[in-house]
Amino acid sequence: MSDAAVSLRDLDALTTTARASAKPRRRGRGTVAYGLVAPAFTLMLLMLLGPLAGVIALSFADYQLGAPSFAWIGLANYQQLFADRVFWISLTNTLTYAVIVVPGSVALGLGVAMLIESGTHLRAFYRTIYFLPVMATLIAMAIVWEFMLHPQFGLVNGLIKMVGLAPHPWLQDRGTALYALCAIGIWQAVGFNMVLFLAGLMSIPKHLYDAAEIDGAASAWSRFRLVTWPMLGPVTLFVVVITGIRSFQVFDTVHVLTKGGPSKSTEVLIHTMYMEGFEFFRSGYAAAVTVVFLGLVLLLTLVKSRLAAKQVHYA
Amino acid sequence: MSAARPSLISSSFRHAALMVGAVLMLAPFVWMLSTASKPPEEIYSSDLHLIPHHFALWENLRIAFGKADLGRFLLNGVIVTVAIFTCQVLIALPAAYALAKLRFVGRKALFALVLFGILIPPQATAIPVFLLLHQLGALDSYAALVLPFTISVFGIFLMRQFFMTVPDDLLDAARMDGMSEFAIVWRVMLPTAIPAVTAFGIFSVVAHWNDYFWPLIVLNSQQYYTPPLAVAHFRNAEAGTSYGPLMAAAIVIITPLVVAFLLAQRRFIEGITLTGLK
Repeated sequence: MSDAAVSLRDLDALTTTARASAKPRRRGRGTVAYGLVAPAFTLMLLMLLGPLAGVIALSFADYQLGAPSFAWIGLANYQQLFADRVFWISLTNTLTYAVIVVPGSVALGLGVAMLIESGTHLRAFYRTIYFLPVMATLIAMAIVWEFMLHPQFGLVNGLIKMVGLAPHPWLQDRGTALYALCAIGIWQAVGFNMVLFLAGLMSIPKHLYDAAEIDGAASAWSRFRLVTWPMLGPVTLFVVVITGIRSFQVFDTVHVLTKGGPSKSTEVLIHTMYMEGFEFFRSGYAAAVTVVFLGLVLLLTLVKSRLAAKQVHYA
Repeated sequence: MSAARPSLISSSFRHAALMVGAVLMLAPFVWMLSTASKPPEEIYSSDLHLIPHHFALWENLRIAFGKADLGRFLLNGVIVTVAIFTCQVLIALPAAYALAKLRFVGRKALFALVLFGILIPPQATAIPVFLLLHQLGALDSYAALVLPFTISVFGIFLMRQFFMTVPDDLLDAARMDGMSEFAIVWRVMLPTAIPAVTAFGIFSVVAHWNDYFWPLIVLNSQQYYTPPLAVAHFRNAEAGTSYGPLMAAAIVIITPLVVAFLLAQRRFIEGITLTGLK
């Protein structure tokens, strides 16, 4: 805040100089512009760009919160990280989670959006119901899911018992815990993806379907293959990348339901980062985990911009 | 999908498929309501029934409110989300206007930084921001919850895109009337940007009301707990012992947003679409 005040005072001085020049109005407006962007820019440096540089710098230091001093240790954090079995489990689990949740929630989101669009009845009703999990606080719903998956009193095992199968401790078995979290992740993401696909579907001009029909695309499948799918390409790419990045961020359900267990079977990157950085206060080591996470996000973004290079221009 | 009328078969398939999905989507909500309405002996019985024999929702709510100061936590949620959104608009709107409508040296570079900033996930900056707040002695306070989110590069981007569509003539007319650029931002641009601000507001409030990660990191004292932390805390204190009150607490925590959504679902979905699609 004080930085912003200083720069505003500097700008006043600049304005005074500008008034003496040939085009006072135009210049004056230019300097006002700096006043308008100064608070945003200052906060961006303080809360976003500075910390981003900070996390990268920290990953090369042995800093621990509360320690009197720290030293630059080069790649030692990364060496330790790559030698740690838990890190590789955490990375594998994060990728497994994404590999299940992304196709699951994207395909279901697209399917639901197309089914809703293909008729006229109850559109708003379905849209509302499928979107409800997006709105409901995930932590609260995670606790509901935990009870639904309860080995003795849960709904899921109750139904399984009704059809004569053996109940299963889904979240307590290391063979199934990660998949149970994936199911919750898909349940929560479908509605969000559905809304994005609905917007995409509505932007497809109707006459394309008529044209396809005249050209002999009689079946629903051929209309989908010839018109819907190619026209939805950019939206699908966007939805896949967004869902992918959100999957890399999975934390809430892990922290509340499993704490990474049993025996690290649900340990994921952000949970590892949280434990190292905010439970053990090993800031440097946690920063190295964060940099790996950032690398994954960056990789996905690069793939997206590569694939969409021709389509998007903002400026 | 085509101009032809959907046949009875395809329309019943559509409803059958969507209904099955809808049941799966709603199941946790229904089970939450059902459990919150049951007394303990019905919750801990092995036979499944949806409708409680003895209706105990009020009892469970009373226990939940008695064990945790849920009112306080809801109020914290309101304070934090409103403070964050207000700061975000106050800071993003002038910047968005300048980026869209004023020429100045460094404009392109600044906009490139905004686009770059959108790509940074909030978890990525958590450690340095935490250390900064620690240095300032600002941890465990409302400031710790609000300060890191006062800047929303996404808000700047969204409103800048919206302002690009506002005709320059409108601004020139305002300038002819002797309005300052500052006045133009708040008296001309803000009213025209209400749809974009609303959409951004929905996005911001949903994200911060539901956020668990950041409050978990910066808070120690229960007095600042936001709703997600409150329900997680409640669960840890009561794990496996009183599911009725726990489900009742979950209902209380999700109700404000879910009710707002049900009342204005069209606007909500449009808002998410507008802010979600770049």
